[in-house]
Amino acid sequence: MPTVIVDGKEIEIGAHERLNCIEVARRAGVEIPHYCWHPGLSVVASCRMCLIETGTRDAATGKITMMPKLVPGCQTPAKDGTVIVTDTALVKDSRARVEEALLIDHPIDCSICDKAGECLLQDYHFEHGQAERRTDLNPFHSRRRDVGPTVTLFVDRCIMCTRCVRFTREVSGTSELMVVNRGSKEEISVFPGYPLDNKLSGNVVDLCPVGALGDKDFLYQQRVWFLKRESNVCGGCSAGCSIVTEHNQDTVYRLKPRENPHVNKWWICDDGRYGWHHLHDPARLLSAGRLVSSNDDREAVEWSDVTTRLRQELSGAGRLAVAVSPMLTIEEAWMLCAVARSIDQQAALFVGHVPVSGEDESFPGGFTIRAEKCPNRRGVEAVVALFQSEERSWSDLVAAVGAGEFDSAWITAGYPHAWIDDTTAAPFGRLRALVVQDLFESPLSKLATWRLPAAGFAERAGTWVNAAHRAQVFAAAVRAPAGVWPEGRLYWNMLGRRGLYDPAAVRRQIAESSATLAALGGEIPAVGVDLRIDQIASS
Amino acid sequence: MTTFQPVLLEAVGVAGSHTLASYRSRGGYAPLERLLKEKQPADVIELVKSSGLRGRGGAGFPTGLKWTFLPKDHPGPIYLCINADESEPGTFNNRILMEDDPHQVIEGIILSAYATRATTAYLYLRYEYPQSWDRLQGAIDEAYAAGLLGKNIQGSGFSLDLYLHRGAAAYICGEETGLIESLEGKRAWPRIKPPFPAIEGLFRKPTVVNNIETMACVAQIARRGVDWFRSIGVPADPNNPRDPGSYGPKLYCLSGHVERPGCYEAPLGITARQLIDGHGGGVWKGRKAKAVIPGGISMGLLTEAELDTPLDFAGPGKVGCLGLGTAAVVVIDETVSIVDFLHNSCRFFAHESCGQCTPCREGTAWSLRMLERIRAGKGRLKDLDLLAEIGNTMGMMPGSTICGLADGAAWPIKNAIKKFRGEFEDYIKRTNPSGWMVTDPVPALPIVGAH
Repeated sequence: MPTVIVDGKEIEIGAHERLNCIEVARRAGVEIPHYCWHPGLSVVASCRMCLIETGTRDAATGKITMMPKLVPGCQTPAKDGTVIVTDTALVKDSRARVEEALLIDHPIDCSICDKAGECLLQDYHFEHGQAERRTDLNPFHSRRRDVGPTVTLFVDRCIMCTRCVRFTREVSGTSELMVVNRGSKEEISVFPGYPLDNKLSGNVVDLCPVGALGDKDFLYQQRVWFLKRESNVCGGCSAGCSIVTEHNQDTVYRLKPRENPHVNKWWICDDGRYGWHHLHDPARLLSAGRLVSSNDDREAVEWSDVTTRLRQELSGAGRLAVAVSPMLTIEEAWMLCAVARSIDQQAALFVGHVPVSGEDESFPGGFTIRAEKCPNRRGVEAVVALFQSEERSWSDLVAAVGAGEFDSAWITAGYPHAWIDDTTAAPFGRLRALVVQDLFESPLSKLATWRLPAAGFAERAGTWVNAAHRAQVFAAAVRAPAGVWPEGRLYWNMLGRRGLYDPAAVRRQIAESSATLAALGGEIPAVGVDLRIDQIASS
Repeated sequence: MTTFQPVLLEAVGVAGSHTLASYRSRGGYAPLERLLKEKQPADVIELVKSSGLRGRGGAGFPTGLKWTFLPKDHPGPIYLCINADESEPGTFNNRILMEDDPHQVIEGIILSAYATRATTAYLYLRYEYPQSWDRLQGAIDEAYAAGLLGKNIQGSGFSLDLYLHRGAAAYICGEETGLIESLEGKRAWPRIKPPFPAIEGLFRKPTVVNNIETMACVAQIARRGVDWFRSIGVPADPNNPRDPGSYGPKLYCLSGHVERPGCYEAPLGITARQLIDGHGGGVWKGRKAKAVIPGGISMGLLTEAELDTPLDFAGPGKVGCLGLGTAAVVVIDETVSIVDFLHNSCRFFAHESCGQCTPCREGTAWSLRMLERIRAGKGRLKDLDLLAEIGNTMGMMPGSTICGLADGAAWPIKNAIKKFRGEFEDYIKRTNPSGWMVTDPVPALPIVGAH
């Protein structure tokens, strides 16, 4: 195995790994500061913050020869015998000088900057900068320039790392951003009439190491040190991007991508990034309602009563059909199927409505936005298959209800957007009992005898399986609004299980009973697990 | 020394010297035709290598050696780029060659392309040279018509297309990878190396970048032979195995405060004093020189006492200058304030820094800001230490930047502070009698005597 020496410590790397000095040092627990380098972008080595001393150790004699000058860690590949030294006076001086130089043109307006608290310039200055100011400063400006519908640029805060420019060239392939002017008068800008307007535009804000690029959606909403972070999975489409939900007091403020080499690398799309506003929409259903008369007159029912009354009513209502929404987690779907079968042993199970919009959209950097706008169709299909051999879809259900095959139905939905029209909903009005569980009022929920509120994506806990068969486990980031029981809690209670809803317990149970989902029985890493690989191994 | 007969400049002053007929009458293109017939490309590389020709663009890298870095038996295209983005202040030798003897340059280009197996060559011409553009384009057209460019040159089976490309007036385009980026239609930000252009250059293909004067030298080596070339100049230092010597004639651009400024051809190794007194007629108006720039502003300064330094590739480096550079000798007489000189130098580099690397982008601007303040009568002695620190830490040599522009910006600062510190101190104390000793940071000022 190739061995690299980082500050005197030997680190083994994989024989075929192509790593630079920053990556290897990180494995050794040494942080080499850097601005312009990003693992998802090309190397420009222009910020010069990652300058280190390097050398080589002769394999035969063990003699170490150092290079006379500093080299950028991002540009220097680490090979067998590479020696990396990051703590010499030369390196420290060079970092301090780069920090000093960057502050010459930086307005240091941290007190009014959204990035304060998660700013690399701040962090590195505390760690590597010098307390004394020696430079002549320009009078401060705070020029702000819109570069697109989602992103605004604070021109003077920029340190010209060009990560954003490279992102639009290499990942989104849209090339809106560019560098104008020269030398210390350089600025990031867009071509006149061509704003930064693409489906990945929000990523440039994450990439910006300082407060130059601001997300208009988040700007001045919350100080970042008040935010709590919960690992989550985006429910916007079947790509299932790993995200971090940042929230405070049960209010979501922004979503950020979470690095996952198997799914989304470092990026998420703008649809997903800004797709959390429905969580706090005042139009959300916030209580369980039982229809008492035909003109949509509803009584609010306490949740403790819902569990018993629902079971009673559905038991007496004849043949039951259940639509298992692809917005549900595997655990919720499994418990829903179990509840349905405990009410009616012949209950027919259908995979709920799968919203599709347009075509899959791929970008040059390898990122794909899926046309299927739900996170867990594969997971729900796998769960339903455990209970019923025949695979039946939402359109089968609509047809069967129209043909009068069923007397009652339980429709789970939870879609953030309008998903059903009056014509499709009409046949459901003839059922003796109709339970609809959804985020918002819809033509279908108007017909429901029981209208139950659903949870939003950040309020759920459990497992989703994306289009590439990768199962990712997540916890709820925020609590559901008062009056809403997330589906998992309701089903848990209806199954008569004790204590709080425990997705892990359900997951273990599913894994034991299913070959396709057996991989869920073990410890699941943050990047998820590919369900197909385990199947091949076990067959 | 004055007995040296110009070779590269032999056509200067000849009527119609830029035409093909004139060039042929002087024996031009005959060596090319002979070499194409008799020699293999490897032989031409060997010829140039054995001549000891070093690149005339500034860095002085051995030309033949550079060519051997190209991958052997490369299946795809190899490109030859000719750097005529002559933008070092004080330099104009390429312009003389392109305007007065373009065919000499083109012959060198064809020979170099043959040696490197390049079938496409790009000549990157600086924007401000309209006359060179006209003359070169005319000469290229003539060469195509005469079968010296294009398909199957003179029946040899070798083909070459030569394109003229006009830059947009930026100093950084003279850096070889900046030139390549600019040729590709991008912002001229020098590339990180490795990979070097010989492996991955223009359009990501192996590329050689050579200077105009180097091309003229190649043509002369082909015509007059290796022995002639090696008989001129300074032989390699036998005590220094890394010194490849300084052979051949060199075009020195003499300007500034001399009686007869101009482009003079002399053997490498002529001293600055011989050049100024012999060719230039001495410092003008009977004054004394205060300082002399040995090879373009980025090479630093020679003091009056250092004027006997030989201007070969090794000479200026021995007295603390960056090197020979483009051999543009600029004389600064005793009436010039060295503060003004350094201010002008800093202004140039702050304007021309491409802005890619932090130390150069901010360092050049900071040094300019300090010099503006010093000239505005608000200087402090501490500024000299800061300037020296910038000079010592900015550049490719300490490893803090990608390209050598920063070294070029640092050297005048470094040399001026080191060699003329007394004058700076006197100036600061005289102009800022109340504040020269202050060491606190300078507060933000709305206007600091910018002009």
